[in-house]
Amino acid sequence: MPTNGHRLLGYAGALLEAVDQEMARDENVITFGIDLDDHIAIHGTTQGLQEKYGKDRAFSTPLSEDAMTGFAVGAAMAGMRPVHVHIRQDFLLLCMNQLINMAAKTHYMYGGQLKVPLVERASIGKSWGQGAQHSQALYSLFAHIPGLKVVAPSNAYDAKGCLIAAIRDNNPVIFVEHRLLYYTEAYVPTGSFEVEPGTARVCAEGNDLTLVGISNMVPECLRARELLAEQGIHVEVIDPIWLKPLDMATILMSAQKTGQLLVVDNAWTACGMSAEILACAAESGLTSSGIGMARMGFAPTTCPTSPSIEDAFYPNPGSIAAKIYSMVHPDKPPWQPDPDRAKLTYQSSFKGPF
Amino acid sequence: MEKTRQSTLSSDDYRRLYESLQRIRCVEERIAEIYPSDKIKSPIHLSIGQEAISVGICDNLNRDDVVVGTYRGHALYLAKGGNLNQFMAELFGKTDGCARGKGGSMHMIDMSHNILGSSAVVSTHIPVAMGYAWRLKQQAKGQVIACFFGDGATEEGVFYETLNFASLHKLPILFVCENNGLAIHASIEKRWSQRNLLSKVAGFGIETAAVTGMDILEIHHKAGAAIEKLRSGSGPQFLECHTYRWRQHVGPNEDFDAGYRTRDEMAPWVANDQVARIAKKLDEGVRAQIDSQITGEIECAERFAEDSPFPKTQELWEYVYAD
Ligand SMILES: Cc1ncc(C[n+]2csc(CCOP(=O)(O)OP(=O)(O)O)c2C)c(N)n1
Repeated sequence: MPTNGHRLLGYAGALLEAVDQEMARDENVITFGIDLDDHIAIHGTTQGLQEKYGKDRAFSTPLSEDAMTGFAVGAAMAGMRPVHVHIRQDFLLLCMNQLINMAAKTHYMYGGQLKVPLVERASIGKSWGQGAQHSQALYSLFAHIPGLKVVAPSNAYDAKGCLIAAIRDNNPVIFVEHRLLYYTEAYVPTGSFEVEPGTARVCAEGNDLTLVGISNMVPECLRARELLAEQGIHVEVIDPIWLKPLDMATILMSAQKTGQLLVVDNAWTACGMSAEILACAAESGLTSSGIGMARMGFAPTTCPTSPSIEDAFYPNPGSIAAKIYSMVHPDKPPWQPDPDRAKLTYQSSFKGPF
Repeated sequence: MEKTRQSTLSSDDYRRLYESLQRIRCVEERIAEIYPSDKIKSPIHLSIGQEAISVGICDNLNRDDVVVGTYRGHALYLAKGGNLNQFMAELFGKTDGCARGKGGSMHMIDMSHNILGSSAVVSTHIPVAMGYAWRLKQQAKGQVIACFFGDGATEEGVFYETLNFASLHKLPILFVCENNGLAIHASIEKRWSQRNLLSKVAGFGIETAAVTGMDILEIHHKAGAAIEKLRSGSGPQFLECHTYRWRQHVGPNEDFDAGYRTRDEMAPWVANDQVARIAKKLDEGVRAQIDSQITGEIECAERFAEDSPFPKTQELWEYVYAD
């Protein structure tokens, strides 16, 4: 809904606006990454920053992710607020040592004397034969680690508010961007605002089942919800937004109301966010009160490139709706929505090569 | 210089080099033509303009020698003798692809020709090549491994860690840097504090050589000498070949409108096209015969790819773990 000062803005534009406004506000904010200053400008999210703030505050780096993450840690210790950008989350695997052994540990290990306020932006992806090494969503690896925060905004509004909150946070934040979302739009305030760590959002209300979607799975869940409404099933969709700290209270309140909880992750299920959310729900006593729980995510395989099997790798509005139908109507025969109607336009318009 | 090298190559040698060069060029140009049809749903990093490096080096390798490279790996796969039908089927995402439709353009493999695949994460295959070299050294059959990578790969720490250990243990590995001056769109000036790569490498006690003029005969000659040394156990060798990427970093097109480089910059490299150069060394008839053979091979590979079925859903779950 447009309110005062809100206008339609793309996800990529929202990220750019967030970092731009923070760089203008605080000269300690710097941003860097491989190919940050070329004409692609990380899908437009860093466009013009170098012209505006100079090469000392917005710059491209060599292919040296490990060292540049250490650089970010050191600069953060020295009082800066680095925003380190990667075009794929798969490349964050080269940064793991610095992020986990240094960034996450420093504040605690030195009894609170040093702080590491840094942001690691990295996109995750889907489709077009990106394959095994360019499609991974690894945020649960980071969410495992005390000292790191993790956020995965699913729309342009949250993208801006979360990035501003992440930059202002005094801790290392892993910022998860889904590539397909770059082209989606939402109403976003022109001014500065924060979507604070630990705030989930009820995106759409319903009484029959609580559906938690993560990152790009939020729009997929919302589409499933529309298809189910035609079958008389009313689903409540929740976007956790921040994966760590996680706002379980909002999820639990909804699940208590609906009596059913399905988590759809944009990643594998084993030891992942869906496992975490359902474990927290179980510990809170939801199971003993007879609430049904289930989860969906990537197939437990490596992501293939062939379109025929790549499609089966990902949950989609059709498979989500079918699953929910069987949870709500365990006694009825299974139902599947028309696959053509389960497609999302912002996804089917996506083409390679990138 | 050219005279002495030429005299060492027979007309059969030229024939072989041309056939390999022309096959790669034609295959990749055909891929670029097919691409807009969406039949190839995989990011493609074309080697057009860089083929002579893979061809000049692989011509010195035996079938049981090993190669490993990067996502820009079509030229290497084909130069080492990789199966073209399976290659095309892999691009089309079909079951008969060289990786059964699971790898795509960035992960071409043909173990029957000792093509050990290619990685899409820059530099990750460099230490892996070293591990393979360790085994080859142990087996002492005179086999070597050639590891190909771009200039950008030399910026990762693991590159230097590998140089050190490979040199320490005199491993039979030929490092090949295809220096096209660009990492995606970033020039070397923006990335390297020192322009001289070979002096950095030599600091690890590794023998180095450079080919600056994209001359396939010089590449062939220097690679041949380096590989001889490898076989005699004198430790890793490093060959830097300066080159130029003619197309986009990823995708089928040219990209001179993007603004990060000019067509003028490419002109001397095109004037020095090694495919055209070696073509001139052949009799017109021989050349025409090779050209039509290659056209036939490509048509056949496309048909093979079209006819091959897409993987069934069940295949999604195959090969997660080895038995
Ligand atoms: C570790 C890692 N970081 C970043 C990337 C993204 N990336 C893909 S190709 C490339 C440039 C590599 O340049 P170079 O090694 O010179 O090879 P070229 O593409 O020129 O053949 C980059 C940065 C990646 N694939 N892996």
